Amino acid sequence: MGGSLNINHLLFLGHGALWTIGLSVIALVGGGLAGFLVALGRVSPSRTLRLLAATYVQLIQGTPLLVIMFLSFFGLAAIGFNISPLAAAGASMTIFVAAYLGEIWRGCIEAVPRPQWEAAEGLALSRSQRMVKVILPQAIRIATPPTVGFMVQIVKNTSLASVVGFVELTRSGQIINNSMFEPFLIYSIIAVVYFSLCYPLSRLSRRLERTALQKKPALA
Amino acid sequence: MNVSTAQSASPSPAATAPVVAMRGVHKSFGPLKVLDGVSFEVARGEVTVLIGRSGSGKSTALRCIDRFETIDGGEIEVCGRRVDDDKLDLRALRLDVGIVFQSYNLFPHLTIEENITLAPHAVKRVPKDEARALAAKVLKQVGLEDKLHAYPEQLSGGQQQRAAIARSLAMQPKVMLFDEVTSALDPELTGEVLKVIEALAADGMTMVMVTHEMGFARGIADQVVFMHKGKVHEAGPADILSSPSTPELAQFVGTGL
Repeated sequence: MGGSLNINHLLFLGHGALWTIGLSVIALVGGGLAGFLVALGRVSPSRTLRLLAATYVQLIQGTPLLVIMFLSFFGLAAIGFNISPLAAAGASMTIFVAAYLGEIWRGCIEAVPRPQWEAAEGLALSRSQRMVKVILPQAIRIATPPTVGFMVQIVKNTSLASVVGFVELTRSGQIINNSMFEPFLIYSIIAVVYFSLCYPLSRLSRRLERTALQKKPALA
Repeated sequence: MNVSTAQSASPSPAATAPVVAMRGVHKSFGPLKVLDGVSFEVARGEVTVLIGRSGSGKSTALRCIDRFETIDGGEIEVCGRRVDDDKLDLRALRLDVGIVFQSYNLFPHLTIEENITLAPHAVKRVPKDEARALAAKVLKQVGLEDKLHAYPEQLSGGQQQRAAIARSLAMQPKVMLFDEVTSALDPELTGEVLKVIEALAADGMTMVMVTHEMGFARGIADQVVFMHKGKVHEAGPADILSSPSTPELAQFVGTGL
């Protein structure tokens, strides 16, 4: 590419931005599914499950995402498992997001007033029926604003996948900069793209939070 | 499985046995003794009213009947089932016992109809259309037939409480528990809820209720149980409210309640 900034550079950055979005979606879906299980584990009546889920959350929240990336790419390769940058980045993000979303959602499940459980119990609903038909629908309403808010963290954290050679937005910027040596210009463009991905999400999160507050049912 | 919408006559051989019997029940929350050897019985078709000061243990006693609290000693028998048994079939107990709470606890994400049809459909496998017919019937009973498709937040407190009673009724319980169901309501709304309960009593529903409405208790109770410091201090027909034999009950009814 070389020379001054041209359309090819921008197309390359655009391609990188698409992978940033792609990796974010993988992280949200994978981490969301795993995080849901973590949240259920955290509120499970089984002590073992609660302990397992809590340990997982503590372990991942106490480890930098960068280290998880290194472990799943270089670490696994060193012991004979060669995985692609996409697989390593996707797995790392999933593991990371699951711990955080799991904890956010546990809070949302516990935020459903205790008497709702009792009312459901009094009607002879089984534990899983209480969870699925009474608690989760209310918890999902509570969970929507913080979950959308956390998506901002997901988008920004995908930039760490650049260290395992996954060509997302940050990595594509590094590659262009290596040929152009215009770090201020290139990284400014990248910052603007990240901002334009994240800003609508945080706006949406704030709006959801406001409407959730207005619609809060009057529970005595 | 009984899926009919009619009130099922109990085939129990012990038709004369009490529906609820507490015998020497003890219960502590940590160092605090809430129930200190509580005993009383509730006969079929009768209304038992639990009264007493806040903290006297009456609500805890009521919650023990539906095993929302486990007990430390004594026996509780409900519809021929030992509630204090570890192997108790909780589902069966709660099919027999309906409970209505002070804070209504309707499910805010469901319409009134869905609130009512949820348990009959999910627990008793009543087909959807039959469950809806049942909902219409119990709502009519509490005077809310026009609120079928409303959400709880659109109803007044009194209407929400009546809907909660209807939801409980739809499970066709053998005994109903009312835990201070009018304490969150103003006098006018209290009246409309009490009227519904009176109609249930007239229909022969077995009921145990905790209430602070002394006038209402006097009118409806077949048995009044006055609790004081975790014990049954005085019990008897509604007359004991007019002529109490212990100074504590005299003071309690004399305080203008």
